[in-house]
Parts: sequence; C-alpha cells; structure tokens
Amino acid sequence: MEITARGLWTMIHGMGFGALYLLACSGALAQIYRCCAPGATAAGRRGQRFLGAYLVVMAVLAWLTVFTGAYVIYPWYRALPPAGTSNLADFPQRLLMSNPATIGWHSIGMEWKEYLAWLVPISITMAAAVCLRYGPSLRNFPQLRRAVLGFIWVSLLAALIAGFFGAMLVMHAPVEGGAAIRLMQGEMP
Amino acid sequence: MSKDTVLIPKTLTSGSGAAAILAAGIGAFLVAILAIAADKFPSVRSLMIFYKPTGPLSGVTTCALIGWLVAWAILEGLWRRRSVALGWVNAIAFVLLLLSLLLTFPPIADLL
Repeated sequence: MEITARGLWTMIHGMGFGALYLLACSGALAQIYRCCAPGATAAGRRGQRFLGAYLVVMAVLAWLTVFTGAYVIYPWYRALPPAGTSNLADFPQRLLMSNPATIGWHSIGMEWKEYLAWLVPISITMAAAVCLRYGPSLRNFPQLRRAVLGFIWVSLLAALIAGFFGAMLVMHAPVEGGAAIRLMQGEMP
Repeated sequence: MSKDTVLIPKTLTSGSGAAAILAAGIGAFLVAILAIAADKFPSVRSLMIFYKPTGPLSGVTTCALIGWLVAWAILEGLWRRRSVALGWVNAIAFVLLLLSLLLTFPPIADLL
C-alpha cells in the first residue's frame, strides 16, 4: 500500500481538515440552538463557553483547509506541462481541460471552489469571535444569534459545495506525484 | 433573581457583534469582486499574482482578507460602545454574503 506525497497532502486537506470541518458544523449548530433556545437550561448556557472553544477549533480547521488547498495543492493542480508532454496525468488542470467531457470540472468546479471556499473561514471566524465576546449573554441578543447561525449555515453550504467539487476533481484528475510513501506491506497470494 | 437569568455587563452592546457580522459580509463580498476583477481585466490579474505557483488566487484572497480585517477593525472602533440597529446590519451582511456565493459561481460571473 503506497501513497504519493501529493496524494497524502490532498488527503490531509480534504479528508482531514475539510471533512472534520463538515462534521463539526452539525455539532456547532446543535450547540447554538441548545444554548440559546428559549427555555435553555443553565447547563445549556454553560455550554456556551465550550461552544466558543469549539468554534475556534472549527475556524483553525477552516483556515488550515484553505491554506493547504491554495498554497500546497493548488500549485500542483495548475502546473503547466513542458511543451510536447503527451501524458497529462501529473498536470490535473490540463488533463481536465483536454477532454470536453471533463473540462467543466475545472471551468466550473475548481473555479468556483477556489474562491467560494474562502467564505468558510471568514464566516466561522466571525461566529467564533462573537461567541467568545458575548458568551452566555448571546442569548440576550437574538438578532446577533440569528446572524451567527445564518453565517454558520452558509459556511456549511460553501464547505459542502467545495467538498463535493474537491471529491469530483480527485476522482477525475487526482493530484499525484512526489515521493512514494509506503503505508503497509501486503502479502503476495 | 432566577438562576436562569443572564446578566448583561453594562459595557456589552450589540456594536461589537454588528461590526464582526458586517465585516464578514464585506470580506466575503471582496473575495467575489476581486475574483471577478482578476478574471475580467488582465492588468488586475497580473497585479494579483503575489505568489506565482498559486497565481491570482494568492492576491485576490490576500487583499480580501486584509480588507476584511481592516473593515472589522474600523467598525469595531466605531461601534464598540454603541448599540447598533442589528436588523439593517444583518440584512446588509447577508445580502453581501449571498451575492458572494452567487458571484463566485463562474456561469454567473461570466454574465457580468
């Protein structure tokens, strides 16, 4: 079982940081409703402090996702092949653009994802900052709470879109190359 | 006093929250506007290449993040001690956020 260095980074970006963020979204939304809903218990409101820390962790995950995506993986994705290259397997963008059946994954999928994804850390950083600033008092600012919830919902939507296109891009033109990393040695039949 | 009552510190107004929300909307919108500008105008495109391997994405996102943080700092300074009409702030922030969702979608951006 081997994986290339670029494949490993892609996995860390998508299945590590990105997927963890998506999983964490449902927890954040549930915790905000639990802490701030009318009739929330004192224990529920104590969870507000936990919520602040939870959102900070989510913001860190979101920033790690976009920075590894933009500055580690994207340069490999958009690398230009030397003139005369016929095998485009190491040049995912060019591979997608070489076929009318796959060009849309780049011209719509990647071109949307590369910018849309940045709405996620901006939104969740705002949510974390507001939750930390207001703490249990957030319950007394219903419009603030609604805005925080709205931004988290939009960040979830943006992360889902980016994640979907990320998965499709990996399926059609995986970012591969670099040193091979042996994960495990299998047995010959 | 009921144990369920939450005391609001006297210094805690809606201003800080409003500043964070509106700044987030501005930051998101900046990402979309700068992305469109870099796509439409070759001069902007070359100006936005801060890190060559990443191309214009590096400049677009760096400028948008700086704009977001500057807007946040300015609004925080202006509104920290004030109570702000959150209805308007939320409405503007969400319009900006939804516009940025739409404007980053290439088929819509290409119509502009």
